[in-house]
Amino acid sequence: MSATLQVLADSAVVAKRNLIKIKRVPDLLVFTLLSPIMFILLFAYVFGSAIDVPGDGNYREFLIPGIFAQTVIFGATITGAGLAEDMQKGIIDRFRSLPMSRMAVLVGRTGSDVVNNVLVIVVMSLTGLLVGWRIRTSVLEALGGFVVLLLFAYAVSWVFAYVGLLVPSPEVVNNASFMIIFPVTFVANTFVPSERLPGPLRSFAEWNPVSSVTQASRELFGNVPPGATVPDAWSLQHPVLYTLLWVVIILAVFIPLATRQYKRAASR
Amino acid sequence: MHTGGTDVIRATGLVKRYGQVTALAGLDLAVPEGTVLGLLGPNGAGKTTAVRILTTLLEADEGTAEVAGIDVRSNPQGVRERIGLSGQYAAVDEYLTGFENLDMIGRLYRLGRKPSRERARELLERFALSDAADRPVKTYSGGMRRRLDLAGALVAAPQVLFLDEPTTGLDPRSRTGMWEVIRELVASGTTLLLTTQYLEEADRLADDIVVIDHGRVIAHGTSDELKATVGGERVELVVRSQQDLPTAQRVLAELAVGEVQVEQGSRRLVAPVSGGAGVLVEAVRRLDAEGVDVLDVGMRRPTLDDVFLSLTGQPADPSAAAGGPDQGSAEPPPERRGPTDRGRSARRAAAATQASPPASAGSGTGRAPAAPTGAHVPNEEVVR
Ligand SMILES: Nc1ncnc2c1ncn2[C@@H]1O[C@H](COP(=O)(O)OP(=O)(O)O)[C@@H](O)[C@H]1O
Ligand SMILES: [Mg+2]
Repeated sequence: MSATLQVLADSAVVAKRNLIKIKRVPDLLVFTLLSPIMFILLFAYVFGSAIDVPGDGNYREFLIPGIFAQTVIFGATITGAGLAEDMQKGIIDRFRSLPMSRMAVLVGRTGSDVVNNVLVIVVMSLTGLLVGWRIRTSVLEALGGFVVLLLFAYAVSWVFAYVGLLVPSPEVVNNASFMIIFPVTFVANTFVPSERLPGPLRSFAEWNPVSSVTQASRELFGNVPPGATVPDAWSLQHPVLYTLLWVVIILAVFIPLATRQYKRAASR
Repeated sequence: MHTGGTDVIRATGLVKRYGQVTALAGLDLAVPEGTVLGLLGPNGAGKTTAVRILTTLLEADEGTAEVAGIDVRSNPQGVRERIGLSGQYAAVDEYLTGFENLDMIGRLYRLGRKPSRERARELLERFALSDAADRPVKTYSGGMRRRLDLAGALVAAPQVLFLDEPTTGLDPRSRTGMWEVIRELVASGTTLLLTTQYLEEADRLADDIVVIDHGRVIAHGTSDELKATVGGERVELVVRSQQDLPTAQRVLAELAVGEVQVEQGSRRLVAPVSGGAGVLVEAVRRLDAEGVDVLDVGMRRPTLDDVFLSLTGQPADPSAAAGGPDQGSAEPPPERRGPTDRGRSARRAAAATQASPPASAGSGTGRAPAAPTGAHVPNEEVVR
């Protein structure tokens, strides 16, 4: 078997193990699903009437891609908590004592977390459809929208793979992700159009990759409000390209970092 | 130390520092093929650090180590293919079933789908986990988890096995069960490095014992050799009445191989002896004949505490050294302390009573073997 196939085979074994956990501990999935559903309902019905979007847009349609983006990014943090837990319980030590591929634990982990995110997106899409969200483009473009969301989340999960191997416990990952992800996903065009934000926040929001992910999926789902003008920032003029650039850069930096950290990780 | 070409595990001058703490200060080890080395030491001695270096989880700062003839630093993957490790804490996945845990490990050893399933079932059977095989490990007891973890280390039938404190935290029954399992493994020819805090465990399982403290070897030998340096067995006796003390002392002195210690306040006598249970029986008979009213009598064999006292002059557990205010009273006056182990034996006795009471005569064989009491026969059954 070639080395690459070997990595994939080992990764599949690790991913399967993580997926069994989703099956055995359904509260985990329920919990990750509940908050986005709540978000959709709260924003759609509570803020929906108070926030108006440029042009003659429908706020719910504007909102749903933003919630998708925020939720899959949060979903990516599971990678960190999962690895930190495995470290804490000595399971990483077990893996490290086996003649398996050195990449497999991380590839398997980030891989199974994509599956997790796919489930989350399916449930969110159904909820969205119930409250009036619609895809107004071709199937291919819509698929492109989901792929952009999942790709970006995949890159973020490598950031958290590194974080998870660095910190002493899953709680630390959870706190850290809350402290970082919340502001980053709010100071963006996820819930309100970025041009409404004051000066410095606005620039941040325009170059924030969370905004470009959101903008990209809005465009690919056909949820950009008719008549709305896209901000001049290059990042939002070319949201798909800008997002993919981020994905490549994050992966190029964090795959080696996380892999190195895995090799030296000393649990306990 | 053993030398020669057949050492399956060999470490030379291993040093590992964590900031200010020196976990290993130049450790040398050699384990010949098919034998069991007991790495014995108190908490913090460096046992886990040594195991982690030998199993490629950690890199030493200095020194070299070879496992199955392969250098751990230059070819860690080669080492991993030949070893099995069961760490200090059972590293099993709680959400998976016992079967899924072992099957996963088999797949990661690349045994292939079918062989790894068969191997998993086989090991579950062997470790008496078949009934629980398809239950999540979350529902397992501590002993079951430990057995599963050990089974995990055996999935690929490794040439060399590392067990880090395999029985720490287990109740006496699980511990005995674990010993049996380990003995069977050893009988089948596996080379084993086992760490433990209990001399009795090393005594029962290991061919050779290396005692380490503060990251270096302080003694090395068979368990008999080690116990000989400590001073061997002794009879401990408590009489009902103060008046019987002189008679009891005289009787014990006839059987003892050294000076008999007398603790007036507790009406306790300690006599170093040799000759095993026969001496105890003889002592009881003679005491009875003299009409001494015996409250408690038992045989004590050396514990790790004793080994430590004898080798370092300090108890193994630093907290025991801090002792109670009454420790001074248990010590004999300084002028009675000879260059031999006399002074120690009183402290040893004091430590022994804290750790475990002496076995009562006659009940020796019925006791849980985990208590480090010695008159009974199983102690002689060290696997060779
Ligand atoms: N990751 C670590 N960081 C700092 N100190 C450590 C670490 N691991 C072990 N030590 C220290 O090294 C010494 C030896 O530890 P260890 O090998 O775990 O001992 P043992 O297994 O014999 O109880 C102890 O003083 C311990 O505190
Ligand atoms: Mg240890």
